[in-house]
Formats: sequence, structure tokens, C-alpha cells
Amino acid sequence: MRLRRRRRENQRLMPIKNQKDPARGVFTRRALLFMAVQTGTLGVLAHKLYQLQVKDGDRYARMAASNRVSKRYLAPPRGRIVDRYGIALANNKENWRALLLPEETTDVAGTIERFSTIIPLDDRDRTRIAREMRHQRRFVPVMLRDFLSWDEMARIELNAPSLPGVLIDVGTRRVYPEGELLAHIIGYVAPPNERDVAHSALLALPGMRVGRSGVEQSQDEKLRGTAGSVEMEVNSVGRVMSELNRVEGAPGTEIGLTIDRGLQQKVLARIGEQTASAVVMDCRNGEVLAMVSTPSFDPSLFDSGVSHAQWIEWTNNERTPLINKAVAGVYPPGSTFKPAVAMAGLESGLFSPTDRVFCPGHLDVGGTRFHCWSRWGHGSVDLHQALKFSCDVYFYEMARRVGMDRIAETAHKFGLGTELDIELPHTRTGLIPTPTWRQAHHHHWNGGDTIVSGIGQGFVQVTPLQLATYTSRLATGRAVQPHLVRALNSEVGPEATPDHWPTLDMPDKYLAALRGGMFAVVNEQHGTAPKARLSLPGITMAGKTGSAQVRRVSRALRESGHFNSANLPWEYRPHALFICFAPYDDPRYAVSVVIEHGNTGADAAAPLARDIMTDTLMRDPVNHVTPPPESVADATDTE
Amino acid sequence: MKFHKRLLRAEPSFRLLAKLWRISWLYVLLICLLAGVGYVTLYSAGGGTPYPFAAPQAARFAVGLVLMITVAMLPPKMLVRISWPLYLLSLTLLVAVLHMGHVGKGAERWLMIGGLQVQPSEYAKVALVLALASWFYRINYARMGNPLWLIPPAFMVLLPVVLVLKEPNLGTATIIGGIGAAMFFAAGMRLWLIVLLLLPVPYMAKFAYAHLHDYQRARITTFLNPESDPLGAGYNIIQSKIALGSGGMWGQGYLHGSQGQLNFLPEKQTDFIFTMIAEEWGYVGAIAVIGLLLVLILGGMMMAIRSRNRFGRLVALGISMNFFLYCLVNLSMVMGAIPVGGVPLPLVSYGGSAMLNVMLGFGLLLSTWVHRDSRFGESEEEEGV
Repeated sequence: MRLRRRRRENQRLMPIKNQKDPARGVFTRRALLFMAVQTGTLGVLAHKLYQLQVKDGDRYARMAASNRVSKRYLAPPRGRIVDRYGIALANNKENWRALLLPEETTDVAGTIERFSTIIPLDDRDRTRIAREMRHQRRFVPVMLRDFLSWDEMARIELNAPSLPGVLIDVGTRRVYPEGELLAHIIGYVAPPNERDVAHSALLALPGMRVGRSGVEQSQDEKLRGTAGSVEMEVNSVGRVMSELNRVEGAPGTEIGLTIDRGLQQKVLARIGEQTASAVVMDCRNGEVLAMVSTPSFDPSLFDSGVSHAQWIEWTNNERTPLINKAVAGVYPPGSTFKPAVAMAGLESGLFSPTDRVFCPGHLDVGGTRFHCWSRWGHGSVDLHQALKFSCDVYFYEMARRVGMDRIAETAHKFGLGTELDIELPHTRTGLIPTPTWRQAHHHHWNGGDTIVSGIGQGFVQVTPLQLATYTSRLATGRAVQPHLVRALNSEVGPEATPDHWPTLDMPDKYLAALRGGMFAVVNEQHGTAPKARLSLPGITMAGKTGSAQVRRVSRALRESGHFNSANLPWEYRPHALFICFAPYDDPRYAVSVVIEHGNTGADAAAPLARDIMTDTLMRDPVNHVTPPPESVADATDTE
Repeated sequence: MKFHKRLLRAEPSFRLLAKLWRISWLYVLLICLLAGVGYVTLYSAGGGTPYPFAAPQAARFAVGLVLMITVAMLPPKMLVRISWPLYLLSLTLLVAVLHMGHVGKGAERWLMIGGLQVQPSEYAKVALVLALASWFYRINYARMGNPLWLIPPAFMVLLPVVLVLKEPNLGTATIIGGIGAAMFFAAGMRLWLIVLLLLPVPYMAKFAYAHLHDYQRARITTFLNPESDPLGAGYNIIQSKIALGSGGMWGQGYLHGSQGQLNFLPEKQTDFIFTMIAEEWGYVGAIAVIGLLLVLILGGMMMAIRSRNRFGRLVALGISMNFFLYCLVNLSMVMGAIPVGGVPLPLVSYGGSAMLNVMLGFGLLLSTWVHRDSRFGESEEEEGV
């Protein structure tokens, strides 16, 4: 009986109406209402989902794609700089750095503290680390120290367990294997500043460097290369998940210089402790084989950042180690200017090589007496003798009669006081003064100014590179331009002849007369520079001395008869100059030497120039004058 | 059929077997299926590996399964007896969490008990269902007409709601309130009383808005206009919509959902796990999951209707309602239909406390099913199994 009733009950599993239990009927009705509401609500959500996923799907899919792709640029390696024989002068070397990945350590400050007990960190490092820490996300490594040595890396590896999150990574640094030897020519690089970055987005990449001096600066764009790019899938916080597309950048172009490193070494060694500048130039094609300016500096210091003390030391040094004196040092040319004055005189037609001037030891013009360097005078001299003796009065007279404008015009044709095509920044043009220039500065041009300009004093200022160019032009009669970079002026190859350059439009017989006078200076009896005579068989050199006063010598002192400039304090002594070219009969090389406060060109500069010229000729592979292999040169150095 | 009838009258140990036999194994299978969806999705959320999400979740589910079957064996009489202590315990925990709880993301407070993270608000829901069912069962349908008998249960609902609001966890508080309201309604609350109570609701809403926390208000305003703050409070909603939309009809493929795999999707393993499913499996997959959820909800409701005792009916309805509200809040949230609040998708989202709570609820539901024919105080009939 009970069983049957239960079965009946069982058939009514959903009692809408229940006589015995009205509560159950109410419950069932209301529960069914709930079920309808539940089904309906989820149905509405399913509809909403349909709109989001299917109807508007494309729009959201596009938004999704832009969410995830990030383009980054790859820093290209900077081009090398090599000398004329392919020896690296500026190179990229691995830079081992210690990085800290903040997300991998629980105690960032503690890790840095422990790190500093192993590798000392100075205050500058600490403030930089703190700043980077604030600005970067936790998965971007922060650089703790770079330029680690092997020893330092070994210490870090040894302590790795107590340094969670510290990793060692390799970047590149710029190295200059020759250091001070070529510092002025190569220049140096430094991290880009904000202005650079605004100019080129490429520079914002970590590890990029900007040339700040020398060839590094002038050829910066080519050395820099082009950036590659990589498209990466990133997540919401910018972490890279995978690489989608990669475009390799082009590394910077390798720059080949005309410099001969071996010759440069020899010139630097020969100059020694003197504050001087020397330029060796191929006078046919304009290639600069050596360009030395002393004292020099260590360019690699700039890559890691120069200390304040070091900077103060450099900028306060009266020998100006940071300045490339060959292109940015300006000096009165002194007597080396005389051939240019002579050419102006000859070209004017007022003088001929055979015209004579009487030198009593001085020239009086308008109540002022201009002295010859020889108190007793040279007597009656023609052009050849005037150059040979370096007679001042001859050139005083010539300048007075020819006038400053003609002299300036000729000097400019020789390259003096002009902008040259050298691939270096921060060059100076010097100055060949004219009455117009003087008046532009609201001063009156005196006749005396022209007269002292005749011997390269007064306002005349030139650079050693201009002197070398001037000598090359004298030797070849062509408007030779100096240059340092070979690859760029490929049409001016090493075998280029002077025909490449436009002619100076000066009569050959006048040029020959000047060369003859310069030959006499070195090789004839009573020439001013017998010390410059070459001891190489069959090769002779022509040159011109110069001693440029940096301070006016008072009449009283001069007439006292006790005047000797060698007794002056260093900074008041005259500069010593010498210009020369060789071989005399077929000019190939031009050399200019300026020794600051070297006293006399004949005694200080001429022997130096001779030695440089000898080395240059000895190394010349074209001339076949015993080209010394590198190893032999090294062997002699070590002895 | 005959066999298990005989079992029912056998020795107690055999009775346990009979009870196991009566469990709706189809329903258990559906629960496992949903947990399986959770495992598969968490595997993807972990970047295609069982760790850190999928494997621990599977272990928790195994524990939850045992808990569920155990609870399913408990007779309603015992459930009634433990309902009050459980309710008081849950209130104690709620008070405790306010004073010594750990805070996560501005809400979702938890306690550390014996190395376990316990979210008291989750247990409060189950405890409330039991307590309300037991109250309504005791007062009988006849007394439902008298509002005085409804005042104590009203406080029983309000107490946990206020405590949870104080945490503050708006989402869970809403669900608790919703469960309470549904149980009042199902227990047979008179219609006139309902109408009377609903009249002042709009004014109360205004009052409530004034007392919301700043971040809760931000959720409401950004919900109304998510683009107003695309990287701030609106970020979650926009990214979720982008992920849903990029899934399209057929999805981006398992383990290939770009937004989820690349972490654009916030809270992808917890609150926004449905988005991950929809992105990788498309609309088709998402609808399948919604369908599964609906089957579980309606199945629970059917169990409630089928039960022959008032207590079982109310427990089953409360649990089903809890499950439904969970799903509703979570799904609406990820679709940007309601303001975001930390409510996970039951059984699918990563999280231990929610998982055990849901399994506990299913255990109670199955218990009412196992004891569906028990007359348990309804009439003069035998006390049943």
C-alpha cells in the first residue's frame, strides 16, 4: 500500500499543485520562474557575447594586433678606422658589464650593497643606478658597472649565489689601440646628448656613440651605419615574447686613412717632449701621411667618461693637449712666409729674380726702423740670396712696394689663411691681414703693418697644415688639397699625379726660382739651414726656416747687444718653424714643422724636419728606398 | 531498482553503498566536465604548462570531489543540526577577517588558517543557505504569512551582507543578498509583502551609491563609459572586450589566444578566465561553456523541485542560486555588462577557497538528491534513510 502511494508520488516529480503540501506547489512554481529567469539571463549574455565576438569581431581583432606588436631598433656596430696599410686605429671591443635584473632579486638594495663590497661603486654610479631603477620596469636590466676586467668578472661569478639577479653581459666599447699617437686625428666618441637624440632617433639606442672630435666626428654619419629593426610580440607590460620579423642593419663603413701609423710613431718619437706640431704630406696627391700634435691625450678616457679633475687638468694646461695644433694651432709663419711674398713680388712685375736690394741691417720707413735679423746686414742681395740668407730687409722692401693686397692674394692661392678640405672638425683658417680686414675692425692699416707682414710677422697667422699645403703647392705648382680619408676621395688614389689638381697659374720660372732659393737654404754654403741637409744618397731637400717672435723686442734690448732669445722664459721665446719638400728635383713629400717657443727654426725645427723627411723617404714603397718592414722597425725600437 | 531497495533495508555499511548508488553520477560527470574545462584553460593560461595554475587546481578539485561525495552522504537531519553552529562560525570568521585579514587588490580578504588561505565570504554563502533553509524548514509554510517570522531570517541575511560590504567586496555581498532574496521568495513569502518591500529600493540605491568606496564608484563610472580611462580603471574592461572580440566565431586556437598568452588580459587565470576561453575557442566554445553552466544550474533547480522535504528543497535552490549568481556576475563582468568585482567563474577560475566552497555546495546539493525521498518532518511518514 505504502509502496504504491510512493510510486504515484514518484510520477509527480514536479508538483505544481499539491493538495497535501501547498508549500511544495508554491515552491515548484517559483522555482520554475527562477529557472526561466536563469535561462533568459544567460540567453541575453549569450546574445551580448555574439555581438562582441562575431559582429564586432574584426574591429577588436585589429585592436588586438596593435596591442601586441612592438618595433625596436638594433644598434649597428660602428665602423673601424684603419691606417693606409689597414692597421686598426679605432676598433670595437667587447665591453663586459654587470647588470641587475630587479625582478629576480627580492632585496634590490641589499644586492647592490653586496655587489659594492665586491666591485666598488662610486657616488656617480649609485645615483645613476637609482635613477634608472625608478624609470624602468622591473624586467629591464639596470647597468651596475661596465668595463669590467677579467679579474672583476671572476669575483662576481664567485659570489654569484649571494648576488641574485646580477648578470654579466657584453656590449661594445670603442678602443683606440694607438692611444695618444693618433688621438687628435681619430678623435673620440662619447654617449649622445639630448640634442643628438632629437636629431636622429638611431642615437637613442643603448650603446650608440657620437664622434666628438677628429675623424670620428667628421665621418660620424658613415661610421654610424644604419639601424636594423626587429618586430617583436610583446605582452601587456612590454616583455618580449617572440620575434616576428628582423631587418638586419648595416654596420658602419670602415674608414681608411692616408696616415701611415709607422711614420706617425717615428715623428712622435722624434718630437719627444717638445710642444710641437708636424705634418707630412704627399705633395702630389695631398695625402697626409703623418700629422702630429704634442702633447696628446688618451682618447679612450672619453668613452667611459672623463673625470672632472682630468678635464680641468687638460683645459688649464698651457700646452693645450686637447687641441690639434696641426689644424687648430695658429702661428705667425715668420720667414717661411717669404717665398709667398716673393711670388707676389714676381707676379706683380715690379720685381724680377735678379733685381737687387741693399741690406744695411735695417730699413727706415716713415720714422720707424725695421731691423734685419742680422745686425750687420747682408749687403746687396738678389732673390736667390735673399731666400738663402733669409734677408729681412729684402722682403720689407718687397712688401712695401708690392702692397698687402697682392701678398694676401698670392698667400691665399698657396692655401695660407684659407679653409682646407681636410676631414677634421674644429679647424682654424688663420689670417692673412689686409687693409680691408683691418678697417672692418675699425683700425687704421699702417704702412708698417705691410712691412712686418713681409717677413710673416704682425697679424699673419697660419696653421701647420696650411704650411704643408703651401709647401706642396710651391713644389708642384698645383692647388693640392690635403686629405686624410682615402675611401672617400677614391679618385685621388695613392698614384695620383699633380695633374689631378688645378694649376696655380704661376709662371714656372718663378716657381723654379723660389725652389732654387729654398734649395740654397739647405744645401748651399751660408744657407740658414745647413742642419737640414739630408744624408741620403742622391736625394736632396729644399726648405725654408722661420722664427716667429711672439713678443716685440724693444729697441734698447736689441741695441744692448746682449739680446739672446734663448735666455727668455719659455713662453716668450720665438716659435721655431721649418717647411721643406723632397726630393728637390722631383718633389714627392712636403713637411712642415712648428715647435712652440722652439727659439730658432734653423736650430730646432730644421733638424727635426730633416729627420722626419728622412724617415718618410725611407718608408716610401714607391721610391723603393729600403721600405722597412714593421718587424724591423719594432726591433730597432726595442734595442 | 529492486536491488537498491533491498540495500536500503540492509546493514548500515550497505546503506552507505546504497546512498552512493543514489548519487546523480550524471551530475557529478557534468561537474567534472566543467572542472576539465577549467584545467584545460588554466593549462593555457600558464603558458602551455601545468604549472603554476592547472596542476594545483586539479589537485584541489580531487580534494573537493572527496569533500563533495562525503557531504552528499550527510542526512538532512544532521545538516539541520550543524547549520546554526556553521552559520555562527562563518560570522565569526567574517568579523575576524575584518580585523586580522590580509588584503588583496583592495578587496577579497582572506585569513590564513593552518597554512590555508580561507575566504570567509565564500563560506558565509554556504552557511547562510543552510541556516535559512533550516529556519524556513522549522517555521513551516503556514507561518510565512506572518512578517514577524521573517524578521530573524532577514537579519541572518543582512549580517553577512554588511560584514562582506565592509571588507569591502561588493560582488560577493550582492550574491549573498541575492541568495537570501531568492530563498525568501522560494520559501513562500507572500506576494504583497514582496511588493511592499520593493517600493523603496530606488531610494536605497541612491543612498548606497553615496556610501561606496572610491574604487567601487570608479568601476561604476568606467563601466558606463570604459573609454573614459582606457589605461586606468577601464583597462580591464577594454582588454577583456578586445580579447573576446579577437576570438571571433571559431577562436584563435588553443594556446594561441594572443591577448591571454601575452598577458594583456588582466587576471586571466581568475576573474577573466572566461575571456581566455572565448578568445581561444571562439564564440562556439564560449557558448558550449555557457550551455554547460546552464545545465548545471537547471539540474540543481530540478533537484530542488524533486526533493520531498522542505529543507532539501531550500538548500538545493539556495546552492543552485549561488552557482547561478556566480556565473551571472562573472560573465556579465567580463563582457563589460556590469562593473567589475572580484567574482571568479566557479570551478573554472584558479583559486582554492572558491573551488572548495563550490564543491561543498555541490555536496549539499547532492545530499538533498540522495535524500530526496526522505519525508524528514514533512508528515507522519518514516524518517527515511
